[in-house]
Amino acid sequence: MSKTKTSKGMGARFLDWMDYRLPVSKMWKEHVSEYYAPKNFNFWYFFGSLAMLVLVNQLLTGIWLTMHYKPDAEQAFGAVEYIMRDVPWGWLIRYLHTTGASAFFIVVYLHMFRGLMYGSYKKPRELIWVFGMVIYVALMAEAFMGYVLPWGNMSYWGAKVITQLFGVIPGVGDTLLEWIRGDYIVSDATLNRFFALHVVAVPIVLLALVVLHLAALHTVGSNNPDGVEIKKNKDENGIPKDGIPFHPYYTVKDIFGVGMFLLIFLFIVFVKPDMGGLFLEHDNYTPADPGVTPAHIKPVWYFTPFYAILKAVPNPLGGMILMFTAIILLFTLPWLDRSEVKSIRYRLLPFKIALFSFVTAFVILGWLGMQSGSTVQKYMAIVCTVVYFAYFPFLYFYSKNEKHKPIPERLTH
Amino acid sequence: MKRLILILLLLPFVNTFASGGSEHLEQAQANIRSKESLINGAKYYMSYCSSCHSLQYQRYSRMAQDLGLTKEEVEENLIFTGAKFTDHITNNMSAADAEKWFGKAPPDLTVIAKARGVDWIYTYLKSFYKDPTRPSGWNNTLFVGASMPNVFWKEQGVQEAHFEEHTTADGVVTHSFKEFTKLSQGTMSDEEFNETVRDVVNFLAYTAEPAQLIRMAYAPWVLLFLVIFTFMAYLLKKNYFKDIH
Repeated sequence: MSKTKTSKGMGARFLDWMDYRLPVSKMWKEHVSEYYAPKNFNFWYFFGSLAMLVLVNQLLTGIWLTMHYKPDAEQAFGAVEYIMRDVPWGWLIRYLHTTGASAFFIVVYLHMFRGLMYGSYKKPRELIWVFGMVIYVALMAEAFMGYVLPWGNMSYWGAKVITQLFGVIPGVGDTLLEWIRGDYIVSDATLNRFFALHVVAVPIVLLALVVLHLAALHTVGSNNPDGVEIKKNKDENGIPKDGIPFHPYYTVKDIFGVGMFLLIFLFIVFVKPDMGGLFLEHDNYTPADPGVTPAHIKPVWYFTPFYAILKAVPNPLGGMILMFTAIILLFTLPWLDRSEVKSIRYRLLPFKIALFSFVTAFVILGWLGMQSGSTVQKYMAIVCTVVYFAYFPFLYFYSKNEKHKPIPERLTH
Repeated sequence: MKRLILILLLLPFVNTFASGGSEHLEQAQANIRSKESLINGAKYYMSYCSSCHSLQYQRYSRMAQDLGLTKEEVEENLIFTGAKFTDHITNNMSAADAEKWFGKAPPDLTVIAKARGVDWIYTYLKSFYKDPTRPSGWNNTLFVGASMPNVFWKEQGVQEAHFEEHTTADGVVTHSFKEFTKLSQGTMSDEEFNETVRDVVNFLAYTAEPAQLIRMAYAPWVLLFLVIFTFMAYLLKKNYFKDIH
């Protein structure tokens, strides 16, 4: 036996043993220590890792909530109050979960906006965008079903109104509605299946999608604020000249991002968990009562832009089609944007105005979706819906022969 | 673009989105940190409210712990139902009886302060007036047609409400509340009565979320830790990135 082998420490020998059987070091290098990311990531690039952080938060707090929650129409509301009072640290676990739900959408919306600004959805990153969009849709399903679980009155009526959307589909509507609810009305059966979907089915799908999202990202490499491909300029070792290894550079930077995020997130959790009725709605502190309709039924804030689009159309079927189209159109962005430039930095004023209008319309729609809907608000909703939808054809035609500022060869800042 | 970022980040903090009804509410100005107020509120709640309105998620023992009361104090002064110290605060009225007597079972009030807000309850409790047309003999300007009688009538004194009549352009006559006048003086002065109602409302704000006392106590330490953590993380990041240009 050779003597040189013993010079290796325990840890190193264990790693050798593992590497022989599982690609541990290979994976670590490929995806972390030798994954070269552009060196110019800015503020907007925190939100990917933050989305991951919030996902882990939701999974862990969710597991602990499941240990004490009862998916039963008679007991659910009381079970939540039991968690808030009798379970040690139950209040913290629940607030981390409820605040986490809203934080997830804030982080994901900012993450998506980053993609729109820097053209991260464009070739060769179409699949990353599509997987990301599927994550977003799965997240909406997850959040909607999670919102039903406390079985407050807004849970009940929210579930009723949203499931009713499927009932307006001609022909199959009623059958579909009954199939989704598991009953003729929203009831214990509905609560039970939403629980199963919320804690088992959708999380598995979400995790699988995150793996695909990241696998696609690591195949083509990250975009950056300049929208210049760093893989075009490699040194003699085949390493991008403008790339830096993800670890330690971006792990360290993301820890700072996590600190900033947690400052805001935990401030809400500890000081203002209801967020004045925005994160936890007042009407949901009344137990579900099929006999008492809340004065003003509205979804939680992250759904309100689409809810406003739905309500902007007088015909329920038309409204539903328009609402789903608003989401589906986002999937097609990689193919609608035909410009040769990716980043907003090198695009001209018309694009900037269009993107600004699109985002502003979306935010205003979000506000309108929470209002009871005066005549002025109804007209505002129509205008904002038009602006939202106009972005897509505009981008398609404008980007065909789009003029732009000169694109640099290498990264600038 | 910077301004847009700011708007997007600040958006969830804007409170006005959640504004509910348009009715005028008096400010309860309840102080959840005042043990004295909470204990007084508990005393009045148990004597005047709890026989109809349960607090089914709140335990006597938890209340004792949070309000700084001993087991004996609670058992002697606050438990009227023969309940055990560790029991939930329920009452002995059956739902069927309650419906027969009031038309609708009195709701459980454990989390009512979260559902209605403290100002609403404060205003509600002060807005009862004599109305012989109602089965209970009482009505309420904030919650018209409420089945609940004025349980504090001895303390507050009996009020009469005055309304203004409005006729719209279409000839529809509406009434809006103008003011109260006292028909009889209560055992408490207006100031004392306001204070008592404030304490009851404060107690309900507490039962709606007993954990708020703990979480508010932890908040500064959690945030202080994070400020230090984030600052160190920033220095670390800066150090790593000093050679990246």
